[in-house]
This record gives sequence, C-alpha cells and structure tokens, in this order.
Amino acid sequence: MKEMIIKKDALMNLLTGRADDCQVFAPVEVEGSLVIKEIQPGDEITISSMNTKASIKETFFPQRERLFSYDLSKPGEMKEPPFSDRKRIVFGIRPCDAKSLTVFDCVFKGKDYPDPYYIDKRDNTIVIAVGCNEPSTTCFCSDTGAGPFSTDGADLLLVDLDGSYLVRVVTEKGESFVNENTAFTEAGQQQAETRDAIVDKATKAVHAQVNPDKVKKKLDDGFDSNVWDIIHEKCIGCGTCTYLCPTCHCFDIVDETTGTTGERLRIWDSCMYPFFTLHASGGNPRKTGKERMRQRVMHKFKYFVDNNEMVACTGCGRCVKYCPVNLDIREILKQIEVS
Amino acid sequence: MENLSKEIREAVKKLFEEDKVDLVIGFENGSLPLKATPCFIRNIDDIDRLVWNSRCENNLAVYLTKNKGKIGIVAKGCDSRAIVGLMQENQIDRENLVIIGIPCGGMVDQKKIEKSLQEKEPLEVKENHDSLVIKGNGFEETLKISDILYDNCMSCKHRNPVIHDVLIGEPVEEQDDVDEFAGVKAFEEKSSDERWDHFVKQGEKCIRCYACRNACPFCFCEECSVDSSQPQWFGKSIALSDTQVFHLMRSFHIAGRCVDCGACVRACPMDVDLRFFNKKIEKDVRELFSHEAGIDPEAAPPLNTYNTDDYDDFIKS
Repeated sequence: MKEMIIKKDALMNLLTGRADDCQVFAPVEVEGSLVIKEIQPGDEITISSMNTKASIKETFFPQRERLFSYDLSKPGEMKEPPFSDRKRIVFGIRPCDAKSLTVFDCVFKGKDYPDPYYIDKRDNTIVIAVGCNEPSTTCFCSDTGAGPFSTDGADLLLVDLDGSYLVRVVTEKGESFVNENTAFTEAGQQQAETRDAIVDKATKAVHAQVNPDKVKKKLDDGFDSNVWDIIHEKCIGCGTCTYLCPTCHCFDIVDETTGTTGERLRIWDSCMYPFFTLHASGGNPRKTGKERMRQRVMHKFKYFVDNNEMVACTGCGRCVKYCPVNLDIREILKQIEVS
Repeated sequence: MENLSKEIREAVKKLFEEDKVDLVIGFENGSLPLKATPCFIRNIDDIDRLVWNSRCENNLAVYLTKNKGKIGIVAKGCDSRAIVGLMQENQIDRENLVIIGIPCGGMVDQKKIEKSLQEKEPLEVKENHDSLVIKGNGFEETLKISDILYDNCMSCKHRNPVIHDVLIGEPVEEQDDVDEFAGVKAFEEKSSDERWDHFVKQGEKCIRCYACRNACPFCFCEECSVDSSQPQWFGKSIALSDTQVFHLMRSFHIAGRCVDCGACVRACPMDVDLRFFNKKIEKDVRELFSHEAGIDPEAAPPLNTYNTDDYDDFIKS
C-alpha cells in the first residue's frame, strides 16, 4: 500500500482551504462534546483520543432526510431535493466509523435497493480516517473484523506520528486526492517503522472480548433460547444504543404537513421501540423487550452475516459507553456464547 | 461501602429465606470501572452480586411497573420518593413489595469525573468513605465525592428513604441549608430571549432516543402521546419544534410527580439540560399547590385532585 507523509498543519490548511469548493466534515468541540459537523470559518478541527459521541451516520444517512416535498393544491407535482455534485470530505473519523460505511454500502448501495439519497452522498465523499493510537477500554473493533488501524471504508487512513500523519492510500479516490496536493510527500523507512510500533501497540491494547463466529453459531438455532428471557431484563427500551450506533440503519417514513404543503421524510427508527413493529391491526410480533432485544442482536450478529458476510457492528463501543443502564453488548454476546 | 453492600446481601438473604420475595432489584458492579448497573436477583445463590456505592445512580423504581410478584427493591432517597409517587397513583402492589431503604450520600456525576480526568481513561476505581481513587495508565487521582456529585444530589433534601421496610446502615444528615431552587431562580432572572436561547439549544441537542422518558419511573404510560400515530400529536422527526414540544409535554405531564431523582439527566446521551424544565415546574407546583412529590403515600398529587381554593388567577373573566 502506497504511503505518504503530510505535516498536520499542512493538512489542516488544506482541509480548511477546501471549504469553499467542497463540504468538509470533521470533529469539532461544541459545548464540551466532540461532534462531527460541516466545518465553518473559525471552527477548530479536534482530533482527540476520545471518539465523537455521535457516529458518522448522520453525514450519510441523516436522522431527518427529505425525500420529496409536495403541494396538495398542485396534484401530481413532487419536488425532490437537489442532488448535487458538490464534493465532500469527511476527515478525522475513526476506523470503526469508516468501517460502518461498508455496512451501509451493503444496505443502501447494493444491487437490490440502490438508494439515490445515500449513493449521492457516498460517491461524492472522500473519507479520511485517523487510526487510533490509544484505543479505549470500550473498544472491541478487533473482534468485529476491523481494528484500530483498519482501512475498511476509508479512502485514506492516517497514522498519527505526532507532528505529522503517515497516510495510507487505500483507494483510487484517495490516490487522486493525494496526487492533487503537493503537501503530501513519500514516506520513508523510518516513518514506516514508527508506524509499525504504533500500530502494534494499539492493536495489542484492544483485547479480544467477543467471538462473533461462536456467537453466530449459537444464534443460528438460538431463536427460542432461554437466554433471551434474561438479557433484556434491565433494558429500559430507549433508543440510545441504536441512535448512537454507526451501523443501525432502520428507518421510518413520515409526512410533515402544513396547510396544503408537505414533506415526506425518512427518519431514524429503532427496533427497541414497541411501536417499531406495531401492525395496523393492533397486533405486535415483538410485544416485549425480550423479542426486541433478540431482534437487535440477531440482526447484527446473524441476519446481517447471513446476507452480507459481515457483522453489523464495528466495535466502536458507543452503546457500551452511553447505555443508561450499562447493558453492555459485549456481556450480552458472552452470555449467548456460553448459553 | 463494603459494609453496606454486605448489609444489603444479609437483608436480601433473609427476605429470600422468609419467602418474602421472588425477585430483588438492586445494583451490581457494572462492566466499566465507574459504573454500577441494575441487577435482578431471583435466587438466593446470586445475592453476592449485590453492591452499594456512589455509582448506583439509576432509579430502580422504573422497573416496578414492569414486574409482578413479590418484589424487593433497593431504594435510596429518590427511589423511595418515586415509590411513594407510584403508590399514590395506584401503580404498586404495596403488600407484595419490600422496600430495602438505604440512606444515600449522593451519586457521583460521570460527566464531572470525565471532565476532571480530561481525556485520561479510568481503569480502576476504589471508593473510600468520602473519596474516589481513580487509577489509569500512568495516573492516580483522588476525587472528593462531595465535589463531583450530580447537581440534583448536591441540592437533595431527602437523602434518607421516606419509606422503607428494612433500613440499611445509618441515616445520613439531610442538607437542610441548601436552596434546591437556586438554579431555577437564577434562570428565572434571565431575559425571555436568554431563556428562549437556552430552550432552543437544548432542543437542538435532542435525538429523540427517549432515554429520559424511559428512565423515568413516572413515564409508565402504555402509549406515550409522542408515539401515537392515530391521532398523531407530534411530528416524529428531530425538527426543533417537535423536540421542544416533546420536552414541554413531558415536563408538564410529570408536574407534581417528578421527584428530581435525576434519572432523565443521567440517561440522556446528549447532555440535554432536562432538569431546568422539571425543576421549574416543581417550584411552581410547590408555590401554587404546596405539594412536594413523593413524600406522603396518602396525599393526592395536585394534577389528580382539586380544591375550591386552588390557585386560579390565570383564568381571565
């Protein structure tokens, strides 16, 4: 893999300089929290050892997305949002979030249901991820097929070498970006050695905690297992885990109207909500927390694997960190594994 | 803390032996160093899982409306007030409930700890009488518990359970001198523009995950108005007006019921300042109806009753 070097200052200048001709999304501190947002003049891009609270999901699959608007006084007329050719740069996301885009690609960019809203954003975006020199104890990315320096989903993967970044060129899109900018220079042997040491240390820091293959085997015929009676017990049924999850992608479609005009929106939904599966008849196939928790685990670690040969979890640890009752997905998977 | 954990286990053991409970809801150590987590004990062999420390932050009363049978519950001051509130609203089978009350010195605010550690990650936590010793890679910090309590714990007036069948440990001193409404009063002093700005900022942070609602012991409605689709009272998206109305609705619905346990604030992943809504309403209810939620099981909550001399100045003739 081709590797380049760029000074951090030079990269920041390059990114802020591009804000005129493209949208640049990066982590910025807002009221004490790190969020990914489109940078505006004056924003300071912040790469810290902490991950952003919300994932990159919003940038490709917004929580509230207009599909089209209409006016009932003009029957048959629908206005789609403009698809733009405007280029986008996503910088500073972690490999777990970059990996999540490969999960999204299976859903929204597959053969069966290509989604123009997602594809528009995805194809116009170059993803520059930054590897994790200091993974957190809530990280389990190595278990889910990624890792602190995984290149999956990224066009460029950066390794923080203090004053500069070592840039791994992953895709052709990444290569063109590097070629367009003179601030990138070829990496040397010494920098490659430093990289090896950093990658090695970080990879060792993410301890193996769950084994998705073993979990999958249990899940294959575990639909009626007793384990589901217990593991949902303390869950309060909120959507924190699903909404902070970089891979959860279930949605609802709703209309918001004012007078004769309205918008049809795609909004996030959560399988943890009882109304997610409420039928018009009043029946509900997932009546209790038990069925809903089973669905969440099954979707991520069985159904998605059956359909796409990858787990729908990147081990980012957000659900672990932010669950209001500390219901840790790693503990759930361990319980399933020994069930 | 170890002693109190031990005392809880002994009390629960006795309850199982005397066949007074089928299920005990308490706390066990969580999966992260700073976390304790709710646990459900159905078997006397599992009682050693039970712990007590300054991270037992959830309001366990939220589980009472979801479980049936003979239940024992570990209840700190605010949990006990929520239980009283639920009794007032006929949501509890008191005959089959054993309240294991525990005087509480306040719960530590995870976000305040995170802030004081900056970006250092805690790997090990030890709790002494009045401090937490937090260790991580290459650091050890001692934080005084009273400095890092949740805001609502700092102004809590009912640290001792207001109702209990078994009491663990010794009663703690109440914070009689603290003005629990100081924050609300300061907020009331602000101009309407400033107050509106704050409301907008909070609304913009909300992601409609409903962690606040679901962590609240008083949000036990089978169908929340925000979920209803026929009729649809609320827009379902994160459009600002809808998040704002959701929070207004919730605040008004828990008027005279909210016991300021802080469960909603603790549950919110987006740091929405939910307490400012609820505490303001609590103050209004106190001033207008002389009612303090969750104290007297026989009292009727103000929204469930009326008196002919109730405040009605807002009715214009």
